[in-house]
Amino acid sequence: MWEMWNNIVVYFENNMDAYFIMLQQHINISIRVLVIAMLIGIPTAILCVVFKHLQKWMIGTFQVLRIIPSLAVLVLSIRFLGIGMGPAVIALAFLAIPPILMNTVAGLEEVPFFMLETAKGMGMTSLQVWIKVRLPLAFPLILAGIKTAMIEIVASATIAALIGAGGLGQIIFQGLSVRRTELLLIGGISVALVSLTAVFLLDMLDRFFQRYKYVQ
Amino acid sequence: MIENTTVAIEYQHVFKKFSGANYSAVNDVNLSIHEGEFITILGSSGSGKTTLLKMTNRLYDPDAGNIVLFGENIRNVDAVKVRRRIGYAIQQVGLLPHMTIAQNIAIVPKLLKWDKNVINNRVRELIALVGLEPDEFLKRYPSQLSGGQQQRVGLARALAVDPKIMLLDEPFGAIDAINRLNLQDELKRIHGGLKKTFLFVTHDINEALKLGTRVIVMNEGRVCQFDTPENIVKKPADGFVESLIRSCREQEKLWEGLT
Repeated sequence: MWEMWNNIVVYFENNMDAYFIMLQQHINISIRVLVIAMLIGIPTAILCVVFKHLQKWMIGTFQVLRIIPSLAVLVLSIRFLGIGMGPAVIALAFLAIPPILMNTVAGLEEVPFFMLETAKGMGMTSLQVWIKVRLPLAFPLILAGIKTAMIEIVASATIAALIGAGGLGQIIFQGLSVRRTELLLIGGISVALVSLTAVFLLDMLDRFFQRYKYVQ
Repeated sequence: MIENTTVAIEYQHVFKKFSGANYSAVNDVNLSIHEGEFITILGSSGSGKTTLLKMTNRLYDPDAGNIVLFGENIRNVDAVKVRRRIGYAIQQVGLLPHMTIAQNIAIVPKLLKWDKNVINNRVRELIALVGLEPDEFLKRYPSQLSGGQQQRVGLARALAVDPKIMLLDEPFGAIDAINRLNLQDELKRIHGGLKKTFLFVTHDINEALKLGTRVIVMNEGRVCQFDTPENIVKKPADGFVESLIRSCREQEKLWEGLT
């Protein structure tokens, strides 16, 4: 136990700079993936709600994509996209889109009809009903989808190291190949901490936007 | 007396049938409402009363016939413009939960791009008009208000841009008996002070007779009778109106038996 602690301290003494680069890469990949998944997922969800007939096969397609294990998606992406950060980001985005897409669809559809009709009755145009009523009321569920996606992204970004995208996964894979348990611990705990921080930040955002729920 | 005033709302042989239904929700409604009247529309569910109301602000369009507001056929006016000129309040209120009471009341003035100071003054005036203390309520969120208070805010919001016509769809339907009586009295007071034309849908005969200067009784899409409360009670036009009055009288007997 003591020896393990010693090894961890030694690792940080010698590799502090490399560690922070990998941490930064990990966060960098995760944010890029999240932004791409949101940019694709949310507009697609809006399309699904506006054009109901799209919904079945759009959601179906992304559901099927999600069943494919993340490792397989990454390995397959090498064939089509090559190696490095770019391919990893694209491959991971496929995993992050379904929760955002599905939660956004659910959130938009859950807005009661009378809310939309009163807004219309007050004299809002269709666009105003979307911007002032439908999207804000769907926001809590959209954010819940983003949170789910974020957790998935941070965890899956670990294996992105396999296709040369860098990140904290490098420490874990190095630990596996040279059988050094302390590297597994450092990598694993770091990923968990990044994930927790991300969830905490999104919770803060949630509380900020839904402060009306917490007033007394 | 009524004949001398302006006609506010005119339904000219209005029909509405929903796709898939094999009966007309609104069947040949043909009547005129004068400015300043408080009209209650009484009917059971499925009588077409809400459909008639929603055609008045173009949430639905009639299949046949015309609706004319102050001499203007609304078929020829942009639906959004028609709606912004008309106040609209419903049973579920529909306040936006993420906006404060002040922001909720200010929705339509903001759509019309009123000046900020004008909006602020108007909002304070309105919240006081519906009997709520401005400093206490304006900064709250809808979830912090009781059902009755929310409905008052709903009324204030509908009155925001001083519309000449107010459409009210069972606004007190979900409110307990005591608060409902208070709100009815206040709505009567508000109407009296504003000289607006109110169209108030209800399924409660007592509410309809108490509030209406004239009452439209509807059944299966048709208007059975359109008259003052006194005439409806004294001279029911058909069997349906008669049965409505009788059911109300029977409730009275229940009361007499208990006291």
